[in-house]
Amino acid sequence: MEKIFTRPKSLKNAVFHYCPGCGHSIVHRLICEIIDELNIQDKTIGVPPPGCSVFAYYYFDVDMIECPHGRGGAVATGIKRAAPDSVVFTYQGDGDLAAIGTAETLHAANRGENITAVFINNAVYGMTGGQMAPTTMLGMKTTTSPYGRDPEFDGHPIKMSEIIGQVEGACYVERVAVNTPANIRRAKRALKKAFQNQLDGKGYSLVEILSPCPTNWKMSPVDSWKWVDDVMSKKFPLGTIKDTTGKTHAD
Amino acid sequence: MAKVLMTGNAAIAEAAIRAGCQCYFGYPITPQTELTEYMAANLSRRPGCTFIQAESEIAAINMVLGASVTGARAMTSSSSPGMSLKQEAISYMAASQLPAVIVNMSRGGPGLGSIAAAQSDYFQSTRGGGHGDYRTIVLAPSSVQELADETHTAFDLADKYSIPVILLGDGMLGQMMEPVEFKHEAPAVPPVRPGGLRGATGRPSRFIRSFTSNPAELEELNWSLYRRYQQIQEKETSCEKFMTDDAQLIVTAFGIAARIARGAITNARALGMKVGMFRPVTLWPFPKDQLKELSKTAKYFLDFEMNMGQMIDDVKLSLEGSGDVTFYGRPGGVIPTSSEVLRVITRLYYQKGLNG
Ligand code: SF4
Repeated sequence: MEKIFTRPKSLKNAVFHYCPGCGHSIVHRLICEIIDELNIQDKTIGVPPPGCSVFAYYYFDVDMIECPHGRGGAVATGIKRAAPDSVVFTYQGDGDLAAIGTAETLHAANRGENITAVFINNAVYGMTGGQMAPTTMLGMKTTTSPYGRDPEFDGHPIKMSEIIGQVEGACYVERVAVNTPANIRRAKRALKKAFQNQLDGKGYSLVEILSPCPTNWKMSPVDSWKWVDDVMSKKFPLGTIKDTTGKTHAD
Repeated sequence: MAKVLMTGNAAIAEAAIRAGCQCYFGYPITPQTELTEYMAANLSRRPGCTFIQAESEIAAINMVLGASVTGARAMTSSSSPGMSLKQEAISYMAASQLPAVIVNMSRGGPGLGSIAAAQSDYFQSTRGGGHGDYRTIVLAPSSVQELADETHTAFDLADKYSIPVILLGDGMLGQMMEPVEFKHEAPAVPPVRPGGLRGATGRPSRFIRSFTSNPAELEELNWSLYRRYQQIQEKETSCEKFMTDDAQLIVTAFGIAARIARGAITNARALGMKVGMFRPVTLWPFPKDQLKELSKTAKYFLDFEMNMGQMIDDVKLSLEGSGDVTFYGRPGGVIPTSSEVLRVITRLYYQKGLNG
């Protein structure tokens, strides 16, 4: 019998610690499929952050360096400049990329660092137990916005992808989601393009992924997938935000 | 090679290039900016080498972390307020056992302080500086020649022990010009430390991390660091003794303060006072045995620093009560003169009845 679906070679044979319905495990798998398809497992270096995905190195079968919170853009810069033949990707949450690491992210993009940034936007701080993130929706209750996010005191959800889209050095910025089979396929196309851009030496690519966190949203996985469509993607519209590569998606 | 006249900042940069530094990441701050400028002019043009003016000291040290991961020799430099910003990543590098050279041409603090030379970062440098149980090797040169020599040593020690090494100077050392001779030629190709991460070619993938959810595992990491620190303490202390053989009063000083003290001691000798100097070159590991040894022949010690008294703790810990220690210091970036230190020496010498 022909085997048509299997674990990607660059995904370790380990049980994910992520909660049921969490987007992280889907994104991990997509990245590993792409690493296999592009045949870059032996030159890829991943830069995971603190947070729920801090154990990413238990799953990705590539070299990885855990870096300080928010500093992925700078650490990846150091790696890529020192070893230009490697393929470097950062894996960053919304607290990481859009709060504490805003400067490192924006300036890595502005320098046009030839790296790939994977940005998981789940509108909360996951691992610390569901605090307000810069991307938390207005009115959304979290442990640090117990009465709902109030723009007067807490500001509005920040649209980092649109901001980075303004920066010359960023060649490709796209927002996708991993809440439905169709969206997961689109997410994979975007991620693959973001890695291909690096192989083609085009500069900084960012893929923002709206990713369910059923645990901290206090929803069932199915409700959380729906919430991405009904609420989150209204504020964070899916689609290409910037593309100067002159290339269509990889497949 | 013939001697050339150079500022301390430029000498460090040149020495780093000659030591095979492949990547330099910096951010302007007085009084070390000439180092960054020298690297911008010279390192960036070398094949395979990288210079980046980072968006912050935080970014610069994290770029160093990234470059170090690949096995490259990497360096950053800053001055006191910028050093505070770098501490987070230094702690990560200590935990992840990543070598790097970090230069602090320190200035007056606290806060924004002043841009004048000061030695008030002794505690920050020698006690780890960031969070967690760790140490960095700290080298404290006191001339432009030594800045160059110790820069080379710093890279070698960093690689040997997989540890961040701090080169602690100050604004005066950084900006003064002295003749310097470089003892090494720059390598044609920058060296790559074996074991760096450059992709899992021909071997299983590896990861570097400091986080673990298992306290027992983290305890073992701490003890393994501790064992390495013990080795370093055993093997790598370095100090200079100046006229200590018959000295009854020994001045302890490091870095530029030792230069000032040296002039005072020479003049004190001319006046017939038996005064000497003990100068640690490694501030961590502190050469405590070598200092303790001196207490066999000298009873009185004058600790002289350009701060409110920081190294004095290590002086007292080293002497273990066997010496009488007095402190003289000027914090805030005030640079004491040799004659001022001579007055202090003379007063102490007579107060303690050493004039016979
Ligand atoms: S807390 Fe949220 S982000 Fe973290 S693993 Fe669970 S579902 Fe995923």
